[in-house]
Formats: sequence, structure tokens, C-alpha cells
Amino acid sequence: MKENLYKYILGIADNSLILGQRLGELCGHGPSLETDIACTNISLDLFGQVRSYFQYAAKIAGDDRTEDDIAMLRKEREYFNLLLVEQPNANFAYTIGRQFLFDVYHLAFLSELQKSADLTLSAIANKCVKEVSYHERFSSDWIKRLGDGTKESHQKMQDAINDLWTYTDELFHQTEADITMVSEGIGVDVTKLKEGYYKRVNEILEAATLETPESKYFQKGGKKGMHTEHLGFILSNLQYMQRTYPNMKW
Amino acid sequence: MSNKKNWPLWEIFVRSKNGLEHRHFGSLHATDAEMALENARDVYTRRNEGVSIWVVESKHITASNPEHNGELFEPAQDKVYRHPTFYDLPDEVKHM
Repeated sequence: MKENLYKYILGIADNSLILGQRLGELCGHGPSLETDIACTNISLDLFGQVRSYFQYAAKIAGDDRTEDDIAMLRKEREYFNLLLVEQPNANFAYTIGRQFLFDVYHLAFLSELQKSADLTLSAIANKCVKEVSYHERFSSDWIKRLGDGTKESHQKMQDAINDLWTYTDELFHQTEADITMVSEGIGVDVTKLKEGYYKRVNEILEAATLETPESKYFQKGGKKGMHTEHLGFILSNLQYMQRTYPNMKW
Repeated sequence: MSNKKNWPLWEIFVRSKNGLEHRHFGSLHATDAEMALENARDVYTRRNEGVSIWVVESKHITASNPEHNGELFEPAQDKVYRHPTFYDLPDEVKHM
């Protein structure tokens, strides 16, 4: 089995899986009917992506593991998603802030992944990049509306950006699998996305009359399986059915 | 939260495929035209229902008054001669 490729795919897919689960929590709880549907739509887009990745990962694993096993039966330390995407929906500003800070990265990442030497990954990226450019438009429009909205929405949006900022540097960290995949022309060199990322983020924050945080202290660990306290709770929700009724199907 | 009650209402028109006209699909709330388009995309076209969307703020629509239905519409009810049903069509002409 191609260990590094397998891990590399999990590193990409877990972001969509965990963020999709977070957004799914808003189903029936969004601030308005329209934003509720928008968030669950994005969630379903992300789950769709996850299926493509895990089906491919299951093929590479080459044992009897299925896409569902890979999604549902790993332990906390075996998930490699970014810390950013597991942060909770503290309020709508947090949901939008987390989405925006991830979408800008995700769009740049998938644009590059389209050039991957691995034809399956480049095909998945090619399909996903359209939905993700919509996600990025949706979240950056909301950043502007909330930032440049009322005094209260401005403050809440600024607080959310300030709190989530500490998770942005990890987007550009590389694992061993990342480095190997980059050297084989399969993976995206995320360190090269950093400059463009902060440029785009600053541009939107400025348009939203928000301040770019100056903090230089950043959290890391998710990409290596070291998570914040939130992931365990997400997994207990996500995995409950498969753990309680093994091999169940819808 | 209290402000969302004040979001204006928009009427949504969707063209389901090229060559067909836009049809009224329903209405939704949004703060501006851009948001109305995004919301319409999510609410009405997520199951592949459309290729084009128009949004119009509901206040710009002038509607006929139901109280005037009598004078507006009843006169048309007994004018069967306004339908072209009195012509003999050759069998070769279909879809009339």
C-alpha cells in the first residue's frame, strides 16, 4: 500500500469531513431559513467531496476497509484535519469566520491540486473547485455584511476573526506525507499558498472594515492528529450509529 | 436576531432549462439583490432545477386587486369564441 498517498488523502478529506459535520449541526438551527439551507448545502458539498476521497483511499488501502470504515471507525488521533475546521459554531460570526478562513485556503489548494500528477486527485479537485469557489463567495460576502453591518455584528465578526486567527498558520504546515507527495508531483506545496492566502484574507477583511489580527502566536497539531478538545465530541456524534450498529446502512 | 424580520421579501424566478421562460418559483428573504440570488440558488436550485435566476424585490410587483376579479376576469368566462376551437384542422397538424 502507498502509505504516504493514503495519509495525504486523509489529510485533505478529513478537513471536508469535519467541517461538513460542523455545518450539518446547523441543520434546523441556522439563523434564518435561507442561511440554514445555505450552510447545510455547503455541508453536503463537502460530504460529497469526502466520498470521492475516501473511495479512492479505500482502493489504495487495498484491504477490506470501505469508505465508511475510513470515515467512521478511526480514533481521534487518526484524524488529520486542521484545528480550524473543528472549532465550534459559537455563533453565526464564528461559523462564517471559520468558513471564510478555510474557504480561501481550500480554493487555492484545489486550484493547485488540479495539476496533480495523480489523475484521480486532479479529477476530484477539478470537480470540487467549482463548488468551493461558491463557498468562498458565500462566506466572504457574509464577512463583508457582518463586518460592515451594525455595531454589534461588526464586534462579533471581529471577535470571531481574532479568536480563529490562531489556527490559520497551520494551514501551511507540512507533514511527512505532504513533503513526500510534493516531491512526487502529486501533492500541493502549501507553503507556497501562504502569501496569496493572507493577501486575499486581508483584502476581504479590509472591505469588511475589520482589522487583521496582529497576533503572532499560532496553534498547531491537527495535521499530526493532535486535536483541540472539540474533536472528540464531534466524533462521538459522527460515529455513534456505526459504533452502536456496526455495518449499518441507510 | 430581531432584525431578520425586517429583511425585505424577494420574488424568485427560475429558468429550468435553456429555451424555456423564467417561471415564478417562490419567495424568500434577503437584505439585498446579491444575497437574494445566493439564497435563491441554495433554496430553489440545489436539486438541479435551474440554469438562470431572476430576483425582484416583492414591493416592485404591482398586483391586481382580488376585489376586482369580477370585472377583470368574469367577462372572459363566456366568450368561447375567443378560443380558436371552431376550425377544422387537418390531421397532419399536431400540437395545436
